Amino acid sequence: MNIHEYQAKAVLKSFGAPVATGAPVLTEDDIEAAIDSLPGPLWVVKSQIHAGGRGKGRFIESEAGEKGGVRLAFSKEEARQHAEAMLGHHLVTAQTSAEGKQVNRLYIEDGADIDRELYLSILVDRGTGQVAFVASTEGGMDIEQVAHETPEKILTLPVGASVSEEDAAALCDALRLEGTARQDGMSLFPNLYRAFTEKDMSMLEINPLIVMTDNHLRVLDAKVSFDGNALFRHPDILELRDTTEEDEKEIEASEWDLAYIALDGTIGCMVNGAGLAMATMDIIKLYGEEPANFCDVGGGADAAKVAAAFKIIMKDPNVKGILVNIFGGIMKCDVIAEGVIQAVKETNLSVPLVVRLEGTNVDQGKAILAGSDLNIIPADDLDDAAQKIVAAVKGA
Amino acid sequence: MSILIDQNTKVLVQGLTGKTGSFHTNQALDYFGTQMVAGTHPKKAGSVWTADNGTELPIYANAAEAREATGADATVIYVPPAGAAAAIEEAIDAEIPLIVCITEGVPVLDMVRVKAKLDNSSSRLIGPNCPGVLTPEACKIGIMPGKIFKKGSVGVVSRSGTLTYEAVYQTSQVGLGQTTAVGIGGDPVKGTEFIDMLEMFLADEATEQIIMIGEIGGTAEEEAAQFLRDEAARGRQKPMVGFIAGRTAPKGRTMGHAGAIVSGGQGDAESKIAAMEAAGIRVSPSPARLGTTMVEVLKGV
Repeated sequence: MNIHEYQAKAVLKSFGAPVATGAPVLTEDDIEAAIDSLPGPLWVVKSQIHAGGRGKGRFIESEAGEKGGVRLAFSKEEARQHAEAMLGHHLVTAQTSAEGKQVNRLYIEDGADIDRELYLSILVDRGTGQVAFVASTEGGMDIEQVAHETPEKILTLPVGASVSEEDAAALCDALRLEGTARQDGMSLFPNLYRAFTEKDMSMLEINPLIVMTDNHLRVLDAKVSFDGNALFRHPDILELRDTTEEDEKEIEASEWDLAYIALDGTIGCMVNGAGLAMATMDIIKLYGEEPANFCDVGGGADAAKVAAAFKIIMKDPNVKGILVNIFGGIMKCDVIAEGVIQAVKETNLSVPLVVRLEGTNVDQGKAILAGSDLNIIPADDLDDAAQKIVAAVKGA
Repeated sequence: MSILIDQNTKVLVQGLTGKTGSFHTNQALDYFGTQMVAGTHPKKAGSVWTADNGTELPIYANAAEAREATGADATVIYVPPAGAAAAIEEAIDAEIPLIVCITEGVPVLDMVRVKAKLDNSSSRLIGPNCPGVLTPEACKIGIMPGKIFKKGSVGVVSRSGTLTYEAVYQTSQVGLGQTTAVGIGGDPVKGTEFIDMLEMFLADEATEQIIMIGEIGGTAEEEAAQFLRDEAARGRQKPMVGFIAGRTAPKGRTMGHAGAIVSGGQGDAESKIAAMEAAGIRVSPSPARLGTTMVEVLKGV
């Protein structure tokens, strides 16, 4: 689960990390009070969307102006103008679609005098199975580009159950921190590690971490995401979820405990198992069409869940055909077949439907489908199924 | 022969008394008489669980007591996510050699803690978030459907549950059959990676061919490919077919499995496929042609 920058900074601040004073803007009415709460002389007005590259982004609407999603203001009046121009408009960045994301929230911050920009992140290193810091003196840039062009400028430091003095010192060295900045770092790094582990973060990225002209450190930007599997023990974090940032179909799917991701193609997919669901998308592409979604109904789906998945898939107006691919290990094929029939009736399905069933009770499942008077195209294996749905969609 | 488990393996069930544990224990007992020996439950110690076929299994308070009493050399975990890591740690403390954790949704940082403990232990963990391990006509640990298996010559290792079934079903269909199938699981931090399983399959005399199924995310497939190249240089090599799921997955999205995500410029399908092909693995573009591709490889097509 992702949260906004202003929320991330509030979480990090509660663990003692140095962040600027700031105020979120959720509606136009908040703008004036937010600006007045900050001393100036520099205000930073920042779009709050769940995507990176905001500073270099562009708004679609001309009334939002030519500038990007992060703007500097040298007076209260200028800050107000920026805030009003950005709020409600659509920001396109390197990480959004061409339609961009509507900016529903802003964060207005006290400006900082920057001496140097650094990069710092914490993540779980899959190779070692350990938590690791990634640090670089090349802050404010795309870290993937830095890793590609100058890998020697990046330190990856795996840490154990806590951040030792040696670990913190190694990070200070990698970031070339001296004097007060070094003192700040020696306490900041263990605090960030505590925030990461105590809140079950899956990623904590500070880009940039800045050294200010007074040689103190400050978290200038923060991107935090949390392990969805650990949210059950963090009700406080769950409250930070902003569902306006998520696809409506994906929210509904999550309520049914379905893994659903909306994509751009025309063939809707319903599959059991994440690997098979990905493979089903791949094979549709292999035969010349594009998948409309990823959808894993999981191992324990019943008829109601299958019907719910169907309805969610059909909410996508681009769907011109549906491929159901179930390899029932735990799931029984007859149960799936009943769910499919129920869903087809309830949704008045008007697009071609190909169903491939394999596994437990497969013969009963196939008989149930064949016995219905619905227009369901049966398939024997995944190759057959993919070819049939692609042919049906192209013929339509 | 086989790897990890055979007809002599004695299996303990952590979470036996729950719905999932009961269902799959019944299935295992029905699969060529897999030796299920006991269950654990902290509050139901001393009671007895009765299977659908009448088999009675004693319930112990914890894994250590169950191992002591039964000599179990493997355990399977069907405990819900919040308690799964503690169940694995309990099995590590009981020094059970093989721990198979089926549970999906274990928090990653719990697994980081488990992994550190595992590194200093005598146990091997398969999973979590995996379908288990099955040796045809001998032993079934986990949730794989027994009916699709056929005793034979192919070793199957996969990060995905249902794609494991595809590989098994298809190799049965073409008549090759399997020695053992291992689902190592779809989580980013897990007990066993490809390399360990490939090493076992290379060493197992009965395993004549190997199917390896990966997916996007991480670099385990690339590391496995390098391992296979190094082994081939030493003259150890078996015919292999591979598949990578997620060619069409968008970057930065978690595709169902917690570990299936292309991020930070790593983990895309193309680099994995290239590495596997460079290691001599025939990578099938279609998940429906794993069995037939292996037949082609064996015919030298």
